[in-house]
This record gives sequence, structure tokens and C-alpha cells, in this order.
Amino acid sequence: MSPLVLIASLYVFALAAFLGYQLISRVPPLLHTPLMSATNAISGISLIGSLVIAGMHKVNFHQLAAGGPQQKPSLATLLGFIAVTTATTNVVGGFGITDRMLKMFRKDTRSAKGEPK
Amino acid sequence: MNLGGHVNYLLEFTYLVASILFVLGLKGMSRPESARKGMFLAEAGMAAAIIGTLFHEGIVTYEWIAAGLILGSVIGALMAIWVPMTAMPQRTALSHAFGALAAALVGIAEFSLHGQSMAAFTRGALGFEVMLGSLTTTGSLIAAGKLQGVVRGTPVQFRGQQLVNLLLFAAMVGCFLHLLAHPGAAVFFYSMVALGFVFGIMLVIPIGSADMPVVMSLLNSYAGLAAAATGFVLANNVLIIAGTLDGFSGFILSVLMCKAMNRSMRNVLFGGFGAVRHTAQTQGGEMREIRLDDAALQLAYANKVVFVPGYGLATAQAQHAVRELANLLEERGVTVKYAIHPVAGRMPGHMNVLLAEANVPYSELYEMDQINPEFPTTDVAVVIGANDVVNPDARDNPNSPIAGMPILEVDRAKSVIVLKRGQGRGFSGLENPLFYKPVSNMLYGDAKATLNSLTQAVQQV
Repeated sequence: MSPLVLIASLYVFALAAFLGYQLISRVPPLLHTPLMSATNAISGISLIGSLVIAGMHKVNFHQLAAGGPQQKPSLATLLGFIAVTTATTNVVGGFGITDRMLKMFRKDTRSAKGEPK
Repeated sequence: MNLGGHVNYLLEFTYLVASILFVLGLKGMSRPESARKGMFLAEAGMAAAIIGTLFHEGIVTYEWIAAGLILGSVIGALMAIWVPMTAMPQRTALSHAFGALAAALVGIAEFSLHGQSMAAFTRGALGFEVMLGSLTTTGSLIAAGKLQGVVRGTPVQFRGQQLVNLLLFAAMVGCFLHLLAHPGAAVFFYSMVALGFVFGIMLVIPIGSADMPVVMSLLNSYAGLAAAATGFVLANNVLIIAGTLDGFSGFILSVLMCKAMNRSMRNVLFGGFGAVRHTAQTQGGEMREIRLDDAALQLAYANKVVFVPGYGLATAQAQHAVRELANLLEERGVTVKYAIHPVAGRMPGHMNVLLAEANVPYSELYEMDQINPEFPTTDVAVVIGANDVVNPDARDNPNSPIAGMPILEVDRAKSVIVLKRGQGRGFSGLENPLFYKPVSNMLYGDAKATLNSLTQAVQQV
């Protein structure tokens, strides 16, 4: 990492921290549980890092099946695969559950009573 | 990401758009009306970033990617559909573990690929990523286990625990520092990972279940910061932004939770609060039991009733039963409100979600500062499975372990009905003088069953 990229990254980090403080302090306690699952889903963006690692090396399944020389998936590929799985679980599960929770929040009794339950 | 040597402008632009959409998504969370729309924006940003990355020039094979995406989507979708709202704390703890594990594994893979050739700063970021990732993984698993009841919920403490933890931490940081100076020291790298996993376990086992709101928020923060560190390692801004937002969100929540208990972070993490304490003085007086019919009469002829839910509501799955009783009372013209303490339940906002699930409109949910002035004009306050958050000792007894903790002042109501499983002291092991006050009446038994019988009894009034 060149020094310029490093400095730019630190700027991004510092500004994101301030922005995060401003954004999150405005979330009412009512929504703290959905907030936690939403930020969790969003930080599942680390998926994009694991995607590149899981897809970096060519794996030859035919040679693998034939017991051919080498060509086993590398450690990195395996770790990448697990990371893709867990990160995807967070993204899909996190956004799914957040939406399920937010759907339940209703303002007045009338609309709440109208819902079948 | 710039692994290929030249900049992929289209992909970088996609990441920029994704970052903006994430911020807008969280901005939507400031009001319940706009929250869902905000999340759609964030989802769109996520989809764009993922699809864009699939065209990354560094990807040459899709077998493992496809397998991981499909497997993860299936597990995630099943969780999203089937996990009950009462189990939300466990689910969230588990997802902190997953997120942190992903960060840790990406870090280990990066090290195994080009650990030797990394610049010192990148190695530093990698160290943070892997340490935070590994300790958050095991810490969150333990937290999830405690919440699910698989691991004992009471604090696990032994003599010299703090020293052991300190040594573990020092060893982990020692490995990290050695690694900064010696890029090729693979043994130290993997020792650091292993120590991180062990340290995560040790960090959470001494913490009692009642302190879980703070622990959950902190683990949330760590998982986010691990993702942000990944962003530094990969020189990827959208990762830094998303991770930092997550990290700060968790941090702010944990500060709020600590404030709501009037305790410092240090006290929560190392105090072992929730271990069985022997409060010497036993309160004078008896806990007075009330007959179900009398309780029903009180409720039916009240002008204003305030329900005060606690973790007991979740364990008894009694949210729908409360709602039924409240509906019936409202039909009789009783004003019904719900008082929500910030640390009621096992994670921030736990009670709000449970009651929302039972179709309680959020205009009836009141925060502590809003509802406390209303208790003197409340005819009946119904405490359902809550204990510490209504303990008047926090206000009146400076020697109490929870002295200074802001509470819901139900003892100022004209009458209090306490739904409780038994005569025991509850999770924290603290004596609660509320139960002995003249205004208080006890109704023992499973909260859900009691509420159902109350509803029936009110119907017959």
C-alpha cells in the first residue's frame, strides 16, 4: 500500500466514524434491534473480499476426481469458500430479518388491529 | 480493490454508489416510517457491490464462489424466515460470530497468499483484522450459547482469572508486535490467531446473562471494526466505510446500555456482575399474593394501566398474551401503555421488537423518561418478568450494587401487580424491595398462562 493510499484510507475511516456517530445517535431506541441486525448485514460487505479469494485459483475437478497430481484447492481457496458462506449468510439473513422486524412496527392501533394474526 | 495492478473504474464507481446507499439506508433508520425504504436502498447497494465484484479480473473460477453463495443464501434465508422474535438475541450474536469469522478467514487467507511481501502498515491492519475477528468469533459463539441456554448463563469465574486473561492478551499482542517486525514469522501469526480464539472465550464467560445487552453491542462493534480492518488490508473503501459504520453503531449502543445501568464498561467486562451476591439485609414484610379475580377487577376498573415487560416476557413467549389482555382493556375504555427500559431483555430494543410482533402499535411504547412522570397517575402497573429495571433500591439505597441505575418507577403507581415465576430472586440474585411494598401484589406462575387467565377473568367482570 502506497503512503498516499494509506492516508486516503485513514481519511475515509475518520470521516466514516463521524458520519456513523451522527447517523446512529439519531436512531430511536425503538429501532435498536433492527439497527443492530441492519448494520450487521451491511458489514457483510466483507463478502466482496472473500469472493476474490475464493475465486482466485483454478481448481480442476476432473483431475481432483481422478486423483491426479496436485490441483487440490489451496488453503486460501478453502478459507475463502467458508468466508463467502458465512458472509452471505449474514447478508441474506441480516437483511431478511431486519425487513421482517421492520414490517411489524406499526404506528396506530387501527392499522395494527386490521392485520391478521 | 486493486489486485490486478490497474484500476477498474467501473467497479470502484459501483463501490462508491454502494457506500452512499449504505449511508442513506442507515439514515432511514432514524424513523420507523422510513426504515424499510432505507433498507431497500442498502440492499440495492449490497447487490450492486456483489455483482460488480463477480466481474473482478482476479476471479478465474466460480465453483467455490457459487457453492458459498448458494449455501450461505440458503442458511441465511432459513434463519430470516424461521428464527422466532424471542430468539433474536441468539441470532444476532451468531451473526456477529459469522461476520467476524469471515473477516478472520479472509485475513488468514491473505497472509497465506502474500504475507511475506506485505508492507508493514498492511501487516498491522491484517493483525487487527485477524485478532478482532478471531476473538469476536468465539466470544459471540459463547454469548449465543449463553442466550440459548446451551452454555451456563451465570458468570464463570475462577481465582486468577484476570491474570490469565491479561497474560493471554499480552501473548496475543506480543505475537502481533513480533509479526510487525518479522513479516515471515508464520508461527507467530498462527499463534496470534489461536490466542485470539481462546481470548474471545475467556472474555465472555465471566459475564452474566443480564449484562448481555452491553456484550452484544460490544461484539457488534468488534465485528464491524474487523471488517473495517479488512478494508485497510485490501485497500477497499466501501469495506472501510461499512465496517466503520457497523463498528461505531455497536460502540454507541454499548455506551447507551452502560448508561442505562449506571455502570462503566470496565465494570461490565471485568466486574463479573450477576454472580450470586449475598445481600445481607432481608427486607421486612411479606410478599403479598393476590387472587386472580381481584387482579382482574383492578385492571377492569382502572383508568390507566402500564405494562412493564422484562426478559421474563421473552422466555415465557407471552407477548401475544399481553396484547390480548391489553386489547380487552382498551375495549373497556382503559388507557394502556407499555414502559420500556433500555436494558430490558437481552439486547438493545429487544422488548420493542417482541411487542411489535404481537401487533402492539409503537405509539403505545414509551421510553423510560417519557413514562416515569406518568406512574403517579397510573392505576395499575403490571410488571411482567422484569426485576432489576424496576428495583427501587437503585434509587433509594446507595449501598445497593445497582445504586444509581435509572429505573422505571412503578412503585409510584397506585397499585402494582408483579407477574413472577416464583418467589426466587431472579437472574441477578438481587433482593427487590418493590415486591414487599404495600402497593405491590404478586401473581406467581408462568407469565403466559397467568396473562391468559387474567384475560378470561377480565372478560367475566
